Amino acid sequence: MLKKLTLGIGLALSVTNIALADLKEDIRRFQHYFFTKFPQVPKMEYVNGVYAIDPVGRENWQAMEEFPPYDPFIDQGKQMWETPFANGKKYTDCFPEGPAQRKNYPHWDKKRAMVITMELAINECRTANGEKPFNYEKGPLAILTAYMANASRGQIIDVKVPKNDAKALEAYQQGKQLWFSRRGQLNFSCANCHAQNVGRLLRSDILSPALGHAASWPVYRSTWGELGTLHRRFHGCNEQVRAKPFELQSAEYRNLEYFLTAMNNGLKFNGPSSRK
Amino acid sequence: MHKTQLLLFIAMIGTPILASADNAALINAGKQTAFDRTKGNCLACHQIEGGESPGNIGPPLMAMKIRYPERQKLYERIWDATVFNPETSMPPFGRHQILTESELEQVVEFIWSK
Repeated sequence: MLKKLTLGIGLALSVTNIALADLKEDIRRFQHYFFTKFPQVPKMEYVNGVYAIDPVGRENWQAMEEFPPYDPFIDQGKQMWETPFANGKKYTDCFPEGPAQRKNYPHWDKKRAMVITMELAINECRTANGEKPFNYEKGPLAILTAYMANASRGQIIDVKVPKNDAKALEAYQQGKQLWFSRRGQLNFSCANCHAQNVGRLLRSDILSPALGHAASWPVYRSTWGELGTLHRRFHGCNEQVRAKPFELQSAEYRNLEYFLTAMNNGLKFNGPSSRK
Repeated sequence: MHKTQLLLFIAMIGTPILASADNAALINAGKQTAFDRTKGNCLACHQIEGGESPGNIGPPLMAMKIRYPERQKLYERIWDATVFNPETSMPPFGRHQILTESELEQVVEFIWSK
């Protein structure tokens, strides 16, 4: 089955002048793989990660969600959002639409020829206003994005790879390639665990489906005991397979987020979330 | 009796005789290495008798002498399983030097005893 998935996407990879129709086909194949594997799971459930496919874990998680561990951070993030910078400006000066920004990220910036993530945009807003950038892993940035994600709950994931922009396509393809490439001493790709072996047990942990992986950030992970960003998780996964991790918000991880979020198109953002 | 069957027969009846004190020590060392999360971590994916909370990504490791009459074949599989199946999830323990040569020998001996 993975063969079909990689082959299909691999074929698309080899064509340099990809059309938007091929992105749609990538998304269809990617999602179809999981729909076939778990026919009983409704599409919109995938944003709940492993709990979409693990009834036992789901019960514990639902109990945890009654008093979510990320809850206090939403209020804290709201305060951060409303507190003016030293120069008197506010986040709304950078984000006139307000905190409900999730649907706008990640996106392709044609002028700068790069993928812009929400975290990057926040830090650029800060430095443009004479503030220090936040750490990309956790802490204030995760807290602020928890508030923004919460305000964005229910927005539909709709990442666009612009037509006739070879560089956008290249970024998308690099993300795709990273997702399918085996890396590290242990020789795992993202696809090995989260597509090929999805639902199987790694020790006593069920491997979560990649469909939904981009929807729920930031995450309060019990393993961390705190909130963390998507790129923190990328970094951690790379370390687990003993691969050299990339820098958080590097082109590699931004492109990976671009591809992964595009594969989640049609689902709804539901961050912040709690996970084991 | 075919030659392979004969070899298998010899391998099977020969085992208890070969299981000297040295061999038992090797198997025991192999068990430690195989179960160690930072070394073989075989239980991450395989069920093995005597191991707790095994994963199920790979097949249970049992009846190994029947599945691998030739010890060398098992060794090669653990050295680099991608040679036999390019889509395998099994890390190439020898090729990527996840285990040292002596650790690999221990693990092969332990797994082959299952």
